[in-house]
Amino acid sequence: MTDLLLSQVKVGGESQFGTDEYVVNLGPQHPATHGVLRLIVKLDGETVKETVPVLGYLHRSIEKICENRTYPQCITYTDRIDYVSAMSVNYAFALATEKLMNIEAPARAQWLRMIFIELQRLASHLLWMGAFAGDIGALTPFLYGLRERERILDLFEMTCGQRLTYNYIRIGGVMIDILPDFVSKCIAFLDYFEPKIDEYEDLLTYNPIFLERTKGVGVISPEMGINAGVCGPSLRGSGIACDVRKQQPYLYYDQVKFAECIETAGDCWSRYKVRMREMRESVSIIRQSLERLEPGPIEAKMPPVLKAPLNSEIYSRIESSRGEMGVYLVGDGTAKPWKAKFRCASFSNLYVLDQLTKGWKVADIMAVLGSLDMIVPEVDR
Amino acid sequence: MFTGENIIQIVSGFLHWAYAQVGISALAGAIDPVITAIVMFGFISVFVMFLVWMERKVSAHMQSRIGPNRVGPFGLLQTVADAIKLTTKEDVKPVNRDKIPYFIAPIVAFVATFMGMVVIPFDKGMVVQDLNVGILYIIAITGFTVIAILTAGWSSNNKFALLGGFRSAAQIISYEVPLVLSVVPIIMITGTLSLSGIVEYQQQAGYWFIFPQIVAFIIFITSATAEANRAPFDIPEAESELIGGFHTEYSGVKFAMFFLGEYIAVVVSSAVAVTLFLGGWLPVAFLGFLHLPGFIWFLIKLVSVIYLVMAFRWTFPRLRVDQLMDFGWKVLIPLSILNILITASVWLLLYGKGAQ
Repeated sequence: MTDLLLSQVKVGGESQFGTDEYVVNLGPQHPATHGVLRLIVKLDGETVKETVPVLGYLHRSIEKICENRTYPQCITYTDRIDYVSAMSVNYAFALATEKLMNIEAPARAQWLRMIFIELQRLASHLLWMGAFAGDIGALTPFLYGLRERERILDLFEMTCGQRLTYNYIRIGGVMIDILPDFVSKCIAFLDYFEPKIDEYEDLLTYNPIFLERTKGVGVISPEMGINAGVCGPSLRGSGIACDVRKQQPYLYYDQVKFAECIETAGDCWSRYKVRMREMRESVSIIRQSLERLEPGPIEAKMPPVLKAPLNSEIYSRIESSRGEMGVYLVGDGTAKPWKAKFRCASFSNLYVLDQLTKGWKVADIMAVLGSLDMIVPEVDR
Repeated sequence: MFTGENIIQIVSGFLHWAYAQVGISALAGAIDPVITAIVMFGFISVFVMFLVWMERKVSAHMQSRIGPNRVGPFGLLQTVADAIKLTTKEDVKPVNRDKIPYFIAPIVAFVATFMGMVVIPFDKGMVVQDLNVGILYIIAITGFTVIAILTAGWSSNNKFALLGGFRSAAQIISYEVPLVLSVVPIIMITGTLSLSGIVEYQQQAGYWFIFPQIVAFIIFITSATAEANRAPFDIPEAESELIGGFHTEYSGVKFAMFFLGEYIAVVVSSAVAVTLFLGGWLPVAFLGFLHLPGFIWFLIKLVSVIYLVMAFRWTFPRLRVDQLMDFGWKVLIPLSILNILITASVWLLLYGKGAQ
């Protein structure tokens, strides 16, 4: 019997007992993919040989829909591109349109936009922190993150009536002025929130198991990051300054003091750390903006129908919660954009996934995917 | 005083009186174990239901939520409602399953852990069967769960379930070794394998083994958590990676059996930890004036240890599979062997050859 077995196994050569790749479909319905991303993972035991993302499960052709809508109508669709950070996308589109039509929003509207975008960044990073911790098995931070996010959403609801898709930042200004007690409530929230960041860091940052799972895992080298078009906090984790708020200031980011958060290691832990530090910076930006807020109009004077000049085009970019958010618009003299294109951070960040997970374990896919902070509707649009 | 032994005497006295009334005294030897088993099953079921409720309350507290509070006082009946839901649910089965193993696996998982309860002494004399090889028996019988999990993973015909099953086999076998080795120093000191014997030794010695054997206690709790597939060692059912792991394809009663099995495994390993390291039914020294019966002390200690295990689950992230193996083989096993060596040499120095 033994001889028979041995005769079939050739040492160092082709054997009849060949092992197949173990192909696993992670998604489109899977608890770790935050939506309907599908990953086809080829495994050798527990080791990952290849990860192929399959896109399109949440494709709603928002860019095409925008061609058949007037500019103000498009804002509603931008909410759905990144529903975790809807304010930033609202603003990205509003900014592009304003540049296309030479509209200047009044100062109060600009400060309000800054406050809301930074609050949105806090909300987005909180949700990310919870989901990331959940991906690597710690279930409690998710609840902590949502607890504070709830208070931010309360502030949004109080102002514009919505909690997820706001449609608040409009072309030429904002939808409606804040209520009189908004400022005091916002400051109360910030006072409550700042110690909470320390609490998260106590729970997670230097936890030995957390360090073990994230340190040195999924390292994006600066070259790899730039070549693949990684952006936002994920690239800043690799030690590259790429914050659009600093490089190409929009709104009044040049008038407030804040530091660009950069870590050098490029692993999951660095990306985590960058986002945790960004939360503190956002709090400081909101505080400064609230101080500078002065009474005034909240909407620019605009013609009743907004029309872009003939043959005009614009590409403008902002720093959304996930990274660089670009909007490309082509106007043809009508009230509808001839072409609208959204350049989303999640899509370009996803590109490195295969390189980062090759040769690592199954569990590392979740850690890397979580640390890239990916939102599926932003990938598929 | 009202002790466990008294209760046993009263109950068995009543039973034998009842047998005499019905006229089946001759069959007492056959009926007694059946009644014991039923009582044990009832007790464990209720206790596990309480534990599930407690776990949900503990996690809710740690996550600043309220937890179950709708069904019954403090939501105590929530688990009953869940159990009714699970038992009345449709049993969805994969078409291409391996029928017989698929059916047997949850039963094995449940029975194997449940059998461990047989040798746990709740109080002096309050034990189903005081085996003289109690510890060996528990380790052997709880080792059966790995067969159940592997069978479940294989027979489900699901890739995630199979991965979960393999992970589980690797994990449970690796952590069985430090679990056994951490118990060895106590067996060396006491010279007995009987759980009641070990508690009695602690009573005579006047101290609990957690004090000289703190290292063994930590190793034991860690390995026991890993054996029971609890976080941070829950890689066989890692939700974010493998969906449900080996029980992905199980639903209804069969899922409930895996679920119960997991909790009973926690109860058994915590009960063994209490017996070996925390003095079993012995009262806490500075609270001795309370004069509580032994089994109440035992339950208090048991719930405290289980709380510790629950607190682990809701604070720590999950280890990766290779890190888990590294931790088991490169940290826990050398540490437990070192612990055996040190204990043996100290004991030899203190008491000389042949000391017990």
